[in-house]
Amino acid sequence: MALSKDTGQATAQEFEHSLKDNARQLVDLLEQGQFGEAILVIHAINMARDRGLYHEVGQLTRALHNAIVNFQIDTTQALGDEAETTRISDASDRLDYVVTLTDKAANRTMDLVDASAPIVADLGQEAAALRADWDRLQRREMAAGEFRDLYKRMGDFLEKTEHSAAQVSGQLNDIVMAQDYQDLTGQVIKRVITLVHDVEESLLNLVRMAGQVDRLAGIEHQKPTPEAKKVSPKGEGPQIHADKREDVVSGQDEVDDLLSSLGF
Amino acid sequence: MKILIVDDFSTMRRIIKNLLRDLGFTNTAEADDGTSALPMLQSGNFDFLVTDWNMPGMSGIDLLRAVRADDRLKHLPVLMVTAEAKRDQIIEAAQAGVNGYVVKPFTAQALKEKIEKIFERVQAK
Repeated sequence: MALSKDTGQATAQEFEHSLKDNARQLVDLLEQGQFGEAILVIHAINMARDRGLYHEVGQLTRALHNAIVNFQIDTTQALGDEAETTRISDASDRLDYVVTLTDKAANRTMDLVDASAPIVADLGQEAAALRADWDRLQRREMAAGEFRDLYKRMGDFLEKTEHSAAQVSGQLNDIVMAQDYQDLTGQVIKRVITLVHDVEESLLNLVRMAGQVDRLAGIEHQKPTPEAKKVSPKGEGPQIHADKREDVVSGQDEVDDLLSSLGF
Repeated sequence: MKILIVDDFSTMRRIIKNLLRDLGFTNTAEADDGTSALPMLQSGNFDFLVTDWNMPGMSGIDLLRAVRADDRLKHLPVLMVTAEAKRDQIIEAAQAGVNGYVVKPFTAQALKEKIEKIFERVQAK
């Protein structure tokens, strides 16, 4: 935001300096009994205060306007014109895209695992059956007719293994490829983080400027009394920095400990 | 054994469904929040409920309370599988009558253990 906090502070300081000077002058004039002059000084103080106030409110308004323009918050809707894409709604769209992409990747990965699992299970079963017969062959418990059958099955199995291995290897590669969402979603999320930082900074600037207005106008705000925190029935979602917080468990072991302390 | 899986994300439902299938439970149904799950439970002869906490519409904790308040469902075993990890929330779920609590991200082993423990206890009764 081009309008810095410094001009605001300068105006306020200027006013406070002139207030001090004028106050001394006012006391002198009153002591000397020059009431007409004194009234003029009071008037001058009022003028300076109003000027400062107008200046600050003007700055605040302009900053607010800039913030709205910066984030392309959609004012056209409020004014009844055609709606345009805003940075905020753009960010929402981008995050929706992250949800879609991660959903697709997760399903694609699970599809591939579902496709691979039976192939591997099938190979395992057949290998186990062949090994049982192979053991019998080694113990010379096999008749010649049975051996010819085993000979053929072994050949078929080797061919099938070769084919299945290629198939599963391809599917494993596809699983790796399905993780490409990480790169794309990472970029999108980073952009949204930047936007959130920008919004936060602009809001902080507005609060700072509003504070100057309060100072000049002599407005004091009541501090909101902190409400007792209640467990939200909606839930809060995943906790970050769980390992550094006392009120959050950092894994299943802690859940189990907590529940067993409750008699579970 | 008929099991209802309630989670708003289809991928998580699928993961839980696959893990249950590996444990030998193939008769499962799915719902995406408490509002759609409750009528299914009331009319569907389910033996077990696996639910998330944080969902649009009716949350998992509210679903748990609704189940415990329903005369025909109040003995239904409920396992919560959720990212909600605050101590207060776990205590709240315990007080509401949950039978097991698994925090996400979880392992197949953790889910298996909790489910087996719940069934052991149910069968012991």
